[in-house]
Amino acid sequence: MIESIGRRSISAIEEVGRVGYFLRDMARGLRDVGTWGRLVIVQMRRIGVDSLPVALFIAAFTGVVLALQASYTFTGAVPLYFVGTLVGKTMMLELGPVLTGLALAGRVGASMAAELGTMKVTEQVDALETLAYDPQSYLVVPRVVAATFMFPVIVAFSIAVGIVTGWLTSLALLALSTPDFIKGLKLFYLFKDVWFGLLKSASFGFTIALVGCIVGLSTRGGAEGVGRSTTRAVVYSAILILVLDAFWAVVLL
Amino acid sequence: MIEFQDLYKAFGAKRVLEGFSLQVRDGETMVIIGYSGSGKSVALKHIVGLLHPDAGEVIVDGQAVSTLAPVGLTLVRESIGYVFQFAALFDSLSVADNVALGLRRRRLDEEEIEARVHEALALVDLSGTDERFPAELSGGMRKRVGIARAIALRPRYILYDEPTTGLDPVTSAVIDRLMVRTREHLGVTGVVVTHDMRSAYTVGDRIAMLYEGKVRQVSTVEEIQQTDDPVVRQFIEGRAE
Ligand SMILES: Nc1ncnc2c1ncn2[C@@H]1O[C@H](COP(=O)(O)OP(=O)(O)O)[C@@H](O)[C@H]1O
Ligand SMILES: [Mg+2]
Repeated sequence: MIESIGRRSISAIEEVGRVGYFLRDMARGLRDVGTWGRLVIVQMRRIGVDSLPVALFIAAFTGVVLALQASYTFTGAVPLYFVGTLVGKTMMLELGPVLTGLALAGRVGASMAAELGTMKVTEQVDALETLAYDPQSYLVVPRVVAATFMFPVIVAFSIAVGIVTGWLTSLALLALSTPDFIKGLKLFYLFKDVWFGLLKSASFGFTIALVGCIVGLSTRGGAEGVGRSTTRAVVYSAILILVLDAFWAVVLL
Repeated sequence: MIEFQDLYKAFGAKRVLEGFSLQVRDGETMVIIGYSGSGKSVALKHIVGLLHPDAGEVIVDGQAVSTLAPVGLTLVRESIGYVFQFAALFDSLSVADNVALGLRRRRLDEEEIEARVHEALALVDLSGTDERFPAELSGGMRKRVGIARAIALRPRYILYDEPTTGLDPVTSAVIDRLMVRTREHLGVTGVVVTHDMRSAYTVGDRIAMLYEGKVRQVSTVEEIQQTDDPVVRQFIEGRAE
């Protein structure tokens, strides 16, 4: 029993060590702007195309539900225009970043792990190295940089869509007028709500891409190994998103 | 010259190379034969520093590969063309871009790159496939693109990892002829890993058998065909017992 705990903690420490080495190599790869500069654009476009439909779909329905649940919770005891406050704040601070992050962990993270995993097991990564390319600056840095910058953009769209559907729902189903909704939206609005949400999104994007790359590049064992890596990437990044979410709440709110 | 000096490599508890020593002379083609999983690819990967030895060293042109700093390692890698077992072409790049990738890294001008790509593709009889993608090619064609990618760099050494495995006999013969032609054209030193004896006899000057982590026998093609060593005999004759 103690032995097994010991073995597990050693392998956990090794894991952390490997991530440390990976980050160091990635920082080295970051210097080779000539290589990754062009590739970032390609990755940003891919992340955008892959994610926007899913992200906006989720945001649209979240906005509807938030508005309805807010009015249900208020039961007339709280003025109805607070629906605007709740929809706005919740989308910006929490549900915009987190729901998008979780959905994109399954999309962007999984596809990075699968792609790099396939490249690894078919020796394309080795081939890159023998052609004197650094896989870090050619494969990892473009993905991590692109995700870090694209996620806040995607989340910003999600937040906007969520607020719009929340507003439309209020108009159609809650007998709340547009000026009242906007009054509620503005009521406790702080600029911090926006940057907090977007900063969180950037950290989620960074994490999802990093996990996808680390897991993908450590793939072993053919097609089956690629499948395993894909699942692992999704699970790890989903967990890390929730942990990071709590971390930011503790540190910044 | 490429020289393996008493190389040891294990993955966890699995010991793969245990005192592997072999010299590849300039100008020759050395064939390394051995059972699947005996560590042939592992040995090959040490030459270009894709794997680090646990002990021992690989010396390329007088330099110990595992001790090189990144810049030195890049220089060694630039003198070596590596043909991977399943070609390891980049799926997202066209044939021409695959062949050009290593050249772009060396910052040659585009005209020179284009000329070299065409020359390399012509040498492997694939002129006119520039714009195709790897997924549209047959296994044999992919291997030939892999060879073109290696020779476009005009390397001093070419390493082939199982160049004919998984190909039909005729396509294998085509690849064998290509390897011979490449050597005649470019005067490269070759290391060929294979378990296809027909191919070994066609392209090799000398043959080394890797067995239980070490070189069991290394000798010329004629000598190895006359060998008394039962282990080597069994392998080259392909007998079950
Ligand atoms: N990166 C690696 N990690 C763990 N084990 C490996 C790795 N590369 C090779 N091996 C193991 O080393 C042994 C030799 O592999 P390899 O050199 O590919 O054999 P072959 O002679 O068929 O080319 C195999 O058992 C393989 O599973
Ligand atoms: Mg092999």
